[in-house]
Amino acid sequence: MAATGAGVPNSRIVRWIDYRLPFVKFLQHELNEYPTPRNLTYWWNFGSLAGIMLVIMMVSGIVLAMHYTPQSDMAFDSVERIMRDVNYGWLLRYIHMNGASLFFVVVYIHIFRGLYYGSYKYPRELLWMLGVVILLLMMATAFMGYVLPWGQMSYWGATVITNLFSAIPVVGNKIVTLLWGGYTVSNPTLNRFFSLHYLLPFVIVGVVMLHILALHTHGSNNPLGIDHKGPGDSIPFHPYYTAKDAFGLAVFLLVYAIVVFYAPNFLGDPANYIPANPLQTPDDIVPEWYFLPFYAILRSVPNKLLGVIMLFSSILILFILPWLDTSPVRSAKFRPIYKKIFWLLVISVLVLGYCGAHPPEGWYVIVGRIATFYYFLHFLILLPLIGKLERPRPLPLSIGAAVLDNRQPAAAE
Amino acid sequence: MAQGAQSQVTPANAHAVEGETRRDFLMLTAGALGAIGAISTIWPFVDSLNPAKDTLALSTTEFDMAPIQVGQRLTIAWRGKPVFIAHRTAAEIKEAETVDISTLRDPQKDSDRVKKAEWLVIVGVCTHLGCIPLGQKQGDPRGPYGGWFCPCHGSIYDTSGRRRDGPAPLNLEVPPYQFTSATAVKIG
Amino acid sequence: MAKSLLFAAAALSVLAAGPVRAQETAPSTPAHQHWSFDGVFGTYDRAAAQRGFQVYKEVCSACHPLKHLSFRDLTDLGYTEDQVKGFAAQYEVTDGPNDQGQMYQRPARPSDPWVGPFPNDQAARAANNGALPPDLSLITKAREHGPDYVYAILNGFKEAPKDLKMNPNMYYNEAFPGHQIAMPPPLTADGQVQYADGTKATIPQMAHDVVTFLSWAAEPSLDERHRMGFKVILFLIIAVGVLYATKRKVWSKLH
Repeated sequence: MAATGAGVPNSRIVRWIDYRLPFVKFLQHELNEYPTPRNLTYWWNFGSLAGIMLVIMMVSGIVLAMHYTPQSDMAFDSVERIMRDVNYGWLLRYIHMNGASLFFVVVYIHIFRGLYYGSYKYPRELLWMLGVVILLLMMATAFMGYVLPWGQMSYWGATVITNLFSAIPVVGNKIVTLLWGGYTVSNPTLNRFFSLHYLLPFVIVGVVMLHILALHTHGSNNPLGIDHKGPGDSIPFHPYYTAKDAFGLAVFLLVYAIVVFYAPNFLGDPANYIPANPLQTPDDIVPEWYFLPFYAILRSVPNKLLGVIMLFSSILILFILPWLDTSPVRSAKFRPIYKKIFWLLVISVLVLGYCGAHPPEGWYVIVGRIATFYYFLHFLILLPLIGKLERPRPLPLSIGAAVLDNRQPAAAE
Repeated sequence: MAQGAQSQVTPANAHAVEGETRRDFLMLTAGALGAIGAISTIWPFVDSLNPAKDTLALSTTEFDMAPIQVGQRLTIAWRGKPVFIAHRTAAEIKEAETVDISTLRDPQKDSDRVKKAEWLVIVGVCTHLGCIPLGQKQGDPRGPYGGWFCPCHGSIYDTSGRRRDGPAPLNLEVPPYQFTSATAVKIG
Repeated sequence: MAKSLLFAAAALSVLAAGPVRAQETAPSTPAHQHWSFDGVFGTYDRAAAQRGFQVYKEVCSACHPLKHLSFRDLTDLGYTEDQVKGFAAQYEVTDGPNDQGQMYQRPARPSDPWVGPFPNDQAARAANNGALPPDLSLITKAREHGPDYVYAILNGFKEAPKDLKMNPNMYYNEAFPGHQIAMPPPLTADGQVQYADGTKATIPQMAHDVVTFLSWAAEPSLDERHRMGFKVILFLIIAVGVLYATKRKVWSKLH
């Protein structure tokens, strides 16, 4: 019988299982031996952190669901019961609530890493697109999850966002009624949001598996953006990146713990501690911070339908990014012009977030519109043009050469 | 006697050996920290499944039995289960006390099951598979011993709530209770 | 490297701007008070919370319910089981139906939720000129800068400026958004409440104590959270150190 690889117990039981379902051999290859570029920086930790956040959110969510009641008269009270009476209920709730924010922090950093180093380019276009699908599913899950406590922001945020669909011509209002299950956001809405909120994370798990499968087909990108050419360019994932990921995880958990134990309501809105009142709108309806840039884009356009189209376009545009960016060079390290406008994109997203938090009046509207304009300009005009017009810096011969030499890269590509 | 070179710690491999033990120490510490972290993290999740504070607050019930006449029986709720309170007649008490307990499947003296002989407080859940025995209301069958009769599989209990016949293995449970006055009890 | 720092600085500057919640038309951020539960090592001052409970019971509970608390929660403030039974027994709750199918009144038990002054919102409005006195169980979490805000409201009742037209049944308050509040000043005079521990009950003192009580009522788990957080973070700092050393050791094998 075939022996298993290095480091795996070559016992009879393991061989018996592997012969029938090569599970151990699979893990052996994908984790232990899997060749990873030797020059990955800490910006590459965020993928594994995102995976761990998904697990934390699902475990805390499933336990919370054992105590939560998805009925409009009882939902808010059931959450307070969790906070006060359930053993460690406050801890579970704060882990889940702040975990959502940290999940988005990690995923946004992971996305911007991809944007900077060209991880979306050939042959990783599908990997990137699966990632955008994960982002969309996360946004839907988070939106529905926020409705569940049935506070003022839960209710009114749900009202505003579901009303967006009424912008669709002809069938808009029918669709909204279908979503609501009634004449307003009400108990039927809450019930179905709970069901879908429980379901979608399992869909996310499936897409994450595809995402990792796509990744392992060609391996990780790296800060230099050049393909690995020989064994000197790669190292086995274990123990190098398992050790690095473990360290990164510990740092991340430290930040998570500081938030959960000492500032658990910092990222939230006090208005959500007021039970939902369909007859009174809060002074300002503000989504959670991770939706703010998109919210600002929506409000930049004075036309309802166009605003909705712009909102969805701002995410859908990411799907076609691999084809919008025409540069043959992956990493921004070697793209002097792209490097600069990347930071303009970051700034415009931060500005959009800031505008999204404020009422759409005065300067906030003007600045928001400028930032929205830049966002779309960046993807639709600048990326195609810069790819063609930019003169990239010469690429190093190989990863190994660049790392070992530690000098300026030698010949041009 | 020549020893293998590997068994001697030369200056060349001393650093490597020391490095190995330091790495082992680090790995061990990291592993131990991971284990402690994992277990400490799992505990709150598991403990959240234990009864919450509001459930625990309902774990005692107080009840004044004064309105129950001699010979009457009443059912009250305690921790979501029925509790049978029987104000026993002298005949019922005598019957309960004169049984030869060596004949019982679950031997227990009547005096071990009551605090005051006239008041029997037992949990009305059959010890076979959990049905509620009949015998509390007027006209209910009480079985041949004048106690209770379980309709599900035919278990029979006497006037002390002890199992006399049928598939039940044990006597009806006596909940923890105290008298807070001549007739008032606190159960649980 | 410089780029990463720049990015981090950009992100931090946004966060440091404070929770980016739109301000309501509040005059300004309420003055910051010192609370025993402030900061990483903060805990609820039990003595202040007990005094605050007395203020709530004698002043506020006439109009404001506290529905998310149960009487048994008071043991957390240092009251004994018997004292809590005594508090509870002062209130009546509706129970039933009994065997005749009727609802009946009985004295409250520690396991019962707090009994509010009104049976429902409509009764509350009817008794208060159409205004609804909010439930106070979460008030310090449901307002921006909650504890400071509630304190400012309680101390903020002043004479209305001459040029401001007050609506009927409204009172002028410096801290309330729009400056017109439907609540009449609840704390009107020093010594309004006779504290059981003998502390002098000035208006700022009563306000301070009742805010401490209400902050506890909104978040009873704060003490446990701070204690646990300290241990968790200490553990994680050690873990970060050990795992960093491990990472360096593992990577030193390369060249």
